Amino acid sequence: MNYIQLDTWDLGLSALLLLGVAALSLVLQLKIEGKLLLAGLRCALQLALVGLVLTKLFELVSPLWTGLAALAMVLFAGREIMARQERGFRPLWAYGIGTSAMLMAAATVTVFALTTAVRPEPWYDPRYALPLLGMIMGNTMTGIALGLQRLTEGARQQRAGIEALLCLGATRRKALLPVTRQALTTALMPIINSLAATGLVSLPGMMTGQILAGVDPIDAVKYQLMIMFLIAGGTTLGAVTAVFVGLHRLTDARDRLRLDRLAGE
Amino acid sequence: MLTVKSLSRPGLEPTSFELGTGECIALRGPSGAGKTLLLRALADLDPSDGEVLLDGTPRGRIPAPQWRRRVGYVPAEPGWWSERLGDHFQDWDSQAGPARRLKISPGVAERRVSQLSTGERQRLALLRALEHRPEVLLLDEPTGPLDEEATAAVEALLREKQSNGLALLWVTHDKRQAERVAHRRFWIDRGRLREALLDEAQAR
Repeated sequence: MNYIQLDTWDLGLSALLLLGVAALSLVLQLKIEGKLLLAGLRCALQLALVGLVLTKLFELVSPLWTGLAALAMVLFAGREIMARQERGFRPLWAYGIGTSAMLMAAATVTVFALTTAVRPEPWYDPRYALPLLGMIMGNTMTGIALGLQRLTEGARQQRAGIEALLCLGATRRKALLPVTRQALTTALMPIINSLAATGLVSLPGMMTGQILAGVDPIDAVKYQLMIMFLIAGGTTLGAVTAVFVGLHRLTDARDRLRLDRLAGE
Repeated sequence: MLTVKSLSRPGLEPTSFELGTGECIALRGPSGAGKTLLLRALADLDPSDGEVLLDGTPRGRIPAPQWRRRVGYVPAEPGWWSERLGDHFQDWDSQAGPARRLKISPGVAERRVSQLSTGERQRLALLRALEHRPEVLLLDEPTGPLDEEATAAVEALLREKQSNGLALLWVTHDKRQAERVAHRRFWIDRGRLREALLDEAQAR
């Protein structure tokens, strides 16, 4: 593979663009220059750190360290799901439901891909395992966060209708079916949209990266397709798990709607 | 029929009473006294302590959906889960007769639920609950938004159901309605339930 390597000067040139727009913000008094520069700095530091960590992990090819890195990613993503709940499940529950659903979905899908389609040697080779896990989890996380939020929000808004169904003898599953459907539709909307728009509107980052690195476009497309299917599978698995566990937490064994278990009640 | 022993929950002190087959108990009390809390606890919509039995069977031994079919509850502001009225009934066509009796205009089925008046929705929610043939019906101001004529129609329909054995726990703000419809009258204040004073009962 031959690809054009970037040196410090090339990066500096692209960073000049950021400085340029910051200057523009100063001139126009938009007051976004501070946030923009801080975010840019954070991005540079975080990615540099990840680069170092990945280099080390790729050298080691150790199941223990690869597993620990994967675990750290899952825990960060769980925190992100918790932070995105507004008046939803209480923080610990949101974290618990989100993290466990994500761990289950992302681990299943990643291990499935590594042992069947990609088959690196050894199967846990971090060069394959970690990027795959990262891409699957980034999307699964969004799906779970959206699904849980829509579920709790919908149960609040449609409380009267849900309780009317319960009063007429519906089970909790049946009374909450409309809300369950809405939650899953919301959770899967981003991935369905991106499946439909990929290639026409956007060229996915991973595929673009491979093409820039000199890979034949057809091969890059094959990889991208596999990733998209894995993401769709992971997101669906994670969102369905999280929404169903959430459904149980929102109700009890006597088929009652338990909004008192939500934050801010 | 319905036996309540030391039923309590936050906002409701331990409450005991018995509601017989075909009996009607009227429940009055100031706003926020716990009337709705009591009805919701009886319908098992909220957790509560104590014992509730139906024909001698403890509530815990009856699956909750089945319990709520036998002990119906019509809240003061009934909920609707679909804009199509027909979705709320097992068989809307068979409701034409009772709907006419309750002075509900025949065109309601063509309108969206959100376009119906409060009074229409209140009476339709009552029909919806009656369709499941409950043994006990918990009513939270079923005639609150109704005019005199419709109120009389609701009372007449419920009296007929009562003669077939339906037991009623009827929350009302109207003292005269309580005297008209009920065998016994309860008063609730700050979560404490008591049977109306004897002299008040004799005054009727």
